[in-house]
Amino acid sequence: MKTEPVHQGRLESPFYSRLKALDTVNEWHQWKGYTAANELYCADTEYFAIRNATAVFDLTPMTKYRITGPDACAYLDRLVTRDMTRLAPGRVAYAAWCDDQGHVIDDGTIFHLRDGDYRLCAQERHFGWLQTATIGFDVTVTHESDDVAALAVQGPTSYSVMNKLVYGGLDDLKPFGLKHLRFQGNDLMVSRTGFTGDLGYELWIDPSQAEALWDALFDAGREFGIRAIGTDALEMARIEAGFIAVYREFLPADETVRSGRARSPFELGLGWLVDFTKPNFNGRRALAAEMRNGSTWRLVKLDIEGNKPAGDAYIFPKRSRNRHSIGFITSAMWSPVCKKNIALGTVRAPYGKPGDTLWVEIYYQREMHWSRKMARAVVVDQPFWLPERRRATPPGPF
Amino acid sequence: MTELAGGKWDAIVVGAGHNGLVCAALLAQAGKSVLVLEAEQQVGGAAVTRELTEGFSVSPCAHLLYQLQPEVCKELKVSPTLACEDLATIALSRQGNHVRIAGNAVTGVTGADAEQFRRFRKRSLRFARLLRGVLNRAPPRLGTSDWRDVLSLARMGFDIRRLGRDEMREFLRIIGMNIHDEVTERFANPLLRGAICLDAVLGTHLGPRSPNTMFTYLYRLAGDGGRNAVPRGGMGMVSAVLAQAARSAGAEIMTATPVRQIVVENGRVTGVETEAGELFSSYTVISNADPKRTVMRLVGARHFETGFIKRVHHLRSHGNAAKLHLALDGLPHVDGLAFKDFGERLLIAGDEHYVERAFNPAKYFEFSTAPVIEVTFPSIHDESLAPPGKHVMSAVVQYAPFALKDGWTEASRQRFLDIAMTTIAEYLPGLEQQVIASELLTPADIETQFHINGGHWHHGELALDQFLFVRPVSGAAQYALPLDGLFLCGAGAHPGGGVSGAPGRNAARTILKRERVR
Amino acid sequence: MEKIVVRDGKAQGVALENGEELSGRLIVSAMDVKRTFLQCLDRNDVPDSFYRRVQNFKIRGSSGKLNIALDGLPTFPALPEGSSLMHSDMHFIDSMERMERAYDDWKAGTWSQDPYVDMVIPTLNDPTMAPPGKHFMSVFVQYCPHEIDGRRWTTEEKDAFGTTVLDQIANYSPDFRDLILHVEVRTPQDIEDEIGITEGNIFHGELTMDQLLFNRPVPGYAQYRTPIEALYMCGSSTHPGGGVMAAPGANAAREILADLKRPNTVPENFGDD
Repeated sequence: MKTEPVHQGRLESPFYSRLKALDTVNEWHQWKGYTAANELYCADTEYFAIRNATAVFDLTPMTKYRITGPDACAYLDRLVTRDMTRLAPGRVAYAAWCDDQGHVIDDGTIFHLRDGDYRLCAQERHFGWLQTATIGFDVTVTHESDDVAALAVQGPTSYSVMNKLVYGGLDDLKPFGLKHLRFQGNDLMVSRTGFTGDLGYELWIDPSQAEALWDALFDAGREFGIRAIGTDALEMARIEAGFIAVYREFLPADETVRSGRARSPFELGLGWLVDFTKPNFNGRRALAAEMRNGSTWRLVKLDIEGNKPAGDAYIFPKRSRNRHSIGFITSAMWSPVCKKNIALGTVRAPYGKPGDTLWVEIYYQREMHWSRKMARAVVVDQPFWLPERRRATPPGPF
Repeated sequence: MTELAGGKWDAIVVGAGHNGLVCAALLAQAGKSVLVLEAEQQVGGAAVTRELTEGFSVSPCAHLLYQLQPEVCKELKVSPTLACEDLATIALSRQGNHVRIAGNAVTGVTGADAEQFRRFRKRSLRFARLLRGVLNRAPPRLGTSDWRDVLSLARMGFDIRRLGRDEMREFLRIIGMNIHDEVTERFANPLLRGAICLDAVLGTHLGPRSPNTMFTYLYRLAGDGGRNAVPRGGMGMVSAVLAQAARSAGAEIMTATPVRQIVVENGRVTGVETEAGELFSSYTVISNADPKRTVMRLVGARHFETGFIKRVHHLRSHGNAAKLHLALDGLPHVDGLAFKDFGERLLIAGDEHYVERAFNPAKYFEFSTAPVIEVTFPSIHDESLAPPGKHVMSAVVQYAPFALKDGWTEASRQRFLDIAMTTIAEYLPGLEQQVIASELLTPADIETQFHINGGHWHHGELALDQFLFVRPVSGAAQYALPLDGLFLCGAGAHPGGGVSGAPGRNAARTILKRERVR
Repeated sequence: MEKIVVRDGKAQGVALENGEELSGRLIVSAMDVKRTFLQCLDRNDVPDSFYRRVQNFKIRGSSGKLNIALDGLPTFPALPEGSSLMHSDMHFIDSMERMERAYDDWKAGTWSQDPYVDMVIPTLNDPTMAPPGKHFMSVFVQYCPHEIDGRRWTTEEKDAFGTTVLDQIANYSPDFRDLILHVEVRTPQDIEDEIGITEGNIFHGELTMDQLLFNRPVPGYAQYRTPIEALYMCGSSTHPGGGVMAAPGANAAREILADLKRPNTVPENFGDD
């Protein structure tokens, strides 16, 4: 009988040796089979690298699929709610994809690498769904998470760092653009994308070149305050940017069991991604009906009084609690850069229109004893953190 | 936007199979302008008659009429001429001890078996009548609050309850059972057990021990109380009568006009394009083709959503029944069979194990080496099918899987033909010497010649997970596909295959009802 | 226990093989439904239609068991040395076709020539089950019929069945055979003879649609009561069926307490929402 040993245990990213060398706290977790750092020295310090200097985050465990073939564009256009026929080569699109009921399975970025050659990048694994969606299309979906090493290079000095690393050529790289460059004789793809809501880039390279890239990047970044970061710091920046995260703001629709636990794009503030002017796409009929009949849920960004983070709190329409809660907080933090107590939450429509005042019930513990506070929360429209440099092209040196 | 307004035609029916004709005729009767497009030279789809060799004609696909719904005949005012109204069934024995089943009576078995059969048959017919009520209505949608769905579901429950407490319990017990367990509980005679098993599995990818073969047995009885008729002039005559009814109601039928695609614009159907490039426009297109061909080929996966496409893709629709046709110089003398007995349905199915063993290879994409066979000699009842004194034989031979392991070739078809002839010769010795011409159609041939994906005569396996609310798949069980203006009216839709006209009639009624609601 | 004693249409007690008779207010049978009504009751005490239903209840033996004492831990080249998967439930299944063909053999009245096994080495989790360094392997095998071609197994056939299974395991573990100290082979017939389950079917009746829910074990008698007063059923022949889950017993207790007009003290409602 043919026997091949089964691999057991966590994988190490091609950047693991470099992360391990910088690590002082030994705080790791499992991310899609890889071992990934929560923090390397101090999450707060790492967070400030994102907002004040340049932060480097190992993206390798991100799920990556390569989508090729004559029907690649048509396939993606049917898959996601956005119009993919308008995504030119060299451009990246943020997109969400739904099941037939119009419930979000996941969101992610689609890179039009070269004509008809795409990469879809997401937090979760979706090979089953993507493979099922190929039925009737001349298209090939390949799982390439382990074949591409990736780094996020984010923060106000990241343009300067990158310029030094690749010797210029990034001046015309707009947000959601990508470029194919050379690094020490090898292909390096740079995209102006990220999960921090700030100026930043993502670097994509063959795993064999990973360590060399890391070393060169840190050489280039030394004078610009470059630091490696873990997922805790990234999570803080993500909330400030108002980005939704899977398992926080929503569950993948195909993992929900109880009815009413999945969310539509409209219910996640992603209505701008839904394009009814294009032909058929997954969820179209259900979403059109939702447009007519109204949504059940609404995602809210909340500016909450006080300084006590409102994690997992219930949301009420009035200060007194003698009414049922209308929702709950999904992500919350004190934002050092905004100097605000901020949160993302999900509430029942029609509550939660921008400008509405809601109340959150915050529990906090002081020396073992629990306290409760009803805090005023104002629904805001804009992301909490949206610096000019995020969109400026060229971003300019720091 | 209304379903039947806009475009040149109120409705276009793709395919002039018997269900397409019934649907077209009923819509035309309701005053709609209807165009039927048929790829072949003649109408009928799988219900046709054609020449086997000079002077000899057969019904090359469906060959017995046992399910044509009286409602269809009544509403269309048609009554196909029958050469024989009800064939008896003879389970053949190699020793000449044949078992003969005619209605509730069975001979050639012990008195106990005969009495048991009478009771079994009576009860089966009672349950089949219940099923018949279900066949002639569009299935309700589950989980809606629409009063029509609730009412329809309640009616189904009421019909079951009305059987009485004991019978209701019995119905709910046996409906998911396999026929093997049922016949071994009841009968001692192996030929009788084999014959009942064969009736339950004819035309399916199921063996006697497969789940819900009791249901497939009842389905066969649900049409016309289990009567097996031979239409005069072959099955093509039935289709011709239906086509005539459609034409006189005002429908236009164009033969030799294959459809290349169903046209979709702005998320709805707007017409069809023929292979010749001609466009016919209509906001209502009704496909008589099987669900897979309709969705994947005529429309394209692009126009449907992934979850739906997945269900259509996984629809089990691989046929297992081959057709064998022989032109015969005469009939042999067989022990225990009188001349007129050749006119009955002759079954080769030794016992339940024989049927199960025939099925085993089909699971592994191989054909049976000792197949089960349903043999008919329609020329005994209908002289128009063969020259005087000569005869034709039409037989269903199982199992011949559509997706044969190494694919169907001329050689493998010949091998299966030899196996079928050898098997028949064991039971009807001397027949092989009378053969003037022969033809074996595998499910692959049936796919090519009759445009049925997988060559399955039900357009999709007949099973409880592909029946009623979930036939052909959930989200399309009420004849409307999830694409505005597109409907199904063939055997792939509820209730399923057999020359019943029920899917075509239910589809027409659903379409007319939708229009009224709007 | 020899018989359930019924007088005046009511269960009164049980008669033991030694002739002793124990009386009880209620009799609750944890035996399978066939053994209860076809063997442990007088034919005259059971109504005809119910008797026929029970006769037709399907309890067909389909699985065998091998209990193997081992001199040491066998190795499986498919697993890395020291793999924690060795502590788990191990199956050798690489295609549905092999499983289906294994079933074809059973239909033909014999044991599978290429059986599939469900195998655990409990001593890896509980070393007290064997002397130090030795191991015990519990092997569940499909398919294995209750009878061979409709008659009792012969010793030679039982040995041949055991050899078939050992060969199968050795296909995946080359050193397995050398470690065998003792093998106990159990066919469904042995299970019937020793434990008393009809045809040795571990579920006390097949779990098919016609024998589930309101049909289990017999339509009209799915609520643990029987046509005989004071006689109840609580075994795996009743809803919901076999498996070491105790649900039939708990459900039966609830019904009996209700009949006795006693409060329901059976724990329930463990679901989250």
